[in-house]
Amino acid sequence: MSAGSSAKGFWLCFAVVVALLAVAPLVLPEFWRRFLTEILIWGLLAMSSDILIGYTGMVSFGHSVFFGLGIYGAAAALLIVSPPNLWLAIALGLSAAAGVAVFVAYFATRLRDIYFAITTLVFSQIFYVVIFTWTAVTGGENGLYFNQPPLGIPGLFSLKFSTESLHWFVLAVVAISYLLVRRITQSPFGMVLQSIRENEPRTRAIGYHVERYKIVSVMLSGVFAGLAGVLYAIQNKFAAPDFVFFLVSGEVVIFNVMGGIGTLVGPFLGAAFFLLLREGLSRFWSEYYLIPLGIIFTAMVIFMPQGLLGFLRRRLNQ
Amino acid sequence: MLPFDQILIQTVNGLVNGMVLALVASGLTLIFGIMDVVNFAHGDLVMLGGFVGAITVASTGSFTIAFFVAALTIAAFGVLLQITTLRPLIGRDPLTTILATFGVSLVLQKYALWQFGPSARVIPQPIPGQFDLFYLQYPWYRVGAAVMAGAIIGALYLFLKYGKYGIWIRATTQDRVMASAMGIPVPWVHTGVFAIGAAMAAASGVLFAPLAAVTQTMGSDFTLRAFIVVVVGGMGNLGGSILAAIFVSLLEAYASLVVSPAQAVIVSFVALILTLLFRPTGLFVSTTR
Repeated sequence: MSAGSSAKGFWLCFAVVVALLAVAPLVLPEFWRRFLTEILIWGLLAMSSDILIGYTGMVSFGHSVFFGLGIYGAAAALLIVSPPNLWLAIALGLSAAAGVAVFVAYFATRLRDIYFAITTLVFSQIFYVVIFTWTAVTGGENGLYFNQPPLGIPGLFSLKFSTESLHWFVLAVVAISYLLVRRITQSPFGMVLQSIRENEPRTRAIGYHVERYKIVSVMLSGVFAGLAGVLYAIQNKFAAPDFVFFLVSGEVVIFNVMGGIGTLVGPFLGAAFFLLLREGLSRFWSEYYLIPLGIIFTAMVIFMPQGLLGFLRRRLNQ
Repeated sequence: MLPFDQILIQTVNGLVNGMVLALVASGLTLIFGIMDVVNFAHGDLVMLGGFVGAITVASTGSFTIAFFVAALTIAAFGVLLQITTLRPLIGRDPLTTILATFGVSLVLQKYALWQFGPSARVIPQPIPGQFDLFYLQYPWYRVGAAVMAGAIIGALYLFLKYGKYGIWIRATTQDRVMASAMGIPVPWVHTGVFAIGAAMAAASGVLFAPLAAVTQTMGSDFTLRAFIVVVVGGMGNLGGSILAAIFVSLLEAYASLVVSPAQAVIVSFVALILTLLFRPTGLFVSTTR
């Protein structure tokens, strides 16, 4: 297949998927509308982590910190400034996540493999403890509640979000983010990241400043995770320390592994698969849904290391 | 200025907690050293051990029986776990073992909630009596638990140093291929080591239960702290993790004089990050080796 027709195929697929996702809230009942929006948000978070896991080859077990800081940054903007402003929430959420990302990236990228994973985990726990115990500012265990900002430009127009319009807004942000991340990973910069994954000493020997590339990739990943956090805050109108807890980071890794790492689309698939499974299993198992889900996940780690997408791809190629 | 007696009390507290933590961490580091497995479910084995111990105490009334029942049950469970989940992962990236054991950890936590319920279980202190430590009545059991933990670690050390199977284990750590060429059944050594690590986790769960209650969420806390200890002490280094366990526990004990115990955890987090930045091979590893 030539490069031209493959690119055409991609844009066709992309357009079809986005169109389907855009039409979906018109036909789905209220509950599934919200559910679909949530899949997109968690998928964005998982995709941000895929930049590290799938491209640079570093497993982050601390993505909850970027996600959580995105939520709390948006919360701060929405609580302090009145009337609540959407763009300010996005700006503050992104800068909070980016600030932490700089900090984490600077220290954690000096380490490799499991040490990187453990360091990111510990960093996220530090912020969890701070947020959990700093009750005066963060609301502690109870979290923060705030109002949903309207979509609009001050002075021009202002539109209150409905479930549909929120879904379309999230879809637009996620689609643009996906295209951006796809462009970045296919750029020369993304090629260097992949070469770090494949052979770090050789990349260094060619003359690339490996540490700098790693730091930038962690920051990029953190900013997109923060964006997911902002979207989550806007959808759910509350912030809680649970979102910074490492179980969220674990779920993000689960999404990636289930969907297929290094594919960008895989994490969305993984998030959808996980959330649907959780929804289905918790009907029968209530809060114990994690027992079958954990078994499925562990089995997938062992038998399906390429994830759903890799598995499907291999099946189709046979 | 902090009063001297408080500092001394916290030193004793730190040493006691440190010894129990050292028992958890030495199982974790043993497993990592032999099989390159980062066992994310290790704290949950502690938790399960605590529950099994608490149930046995409730039905038999004997702490000693509970101790051995818990250790043996969890060791058998460890064998099962190793054969089903970890054996297929031998030779793959250690990161996949984190993922697999993370899945196991989720399952175990919810299983404990399902099986044992959300309420906390308590084991009454098997050694009665207290002694005066300044203004405190300090229970003898806390000292007893530290001594027990120390004795188990000492027994492990002697076993690794002089026991036939201990030598097998050390040979496997040094060179997996060569050990297998010499006729050592390497896959079963892996299983055995995982069982030993699991039994030690269960033992610390039972020892810990009278100090605080057993809850189904205590596992991840233990896992995190054991990770910190093992990395600070140097991955796979038994002596290092014991020293690190005491070091980290003392740090936390002193820090909780100034801030709340929930925030004192940050001190050990920072200790970990500083260690990784300046002595990535571990704080208590001799650099000349």
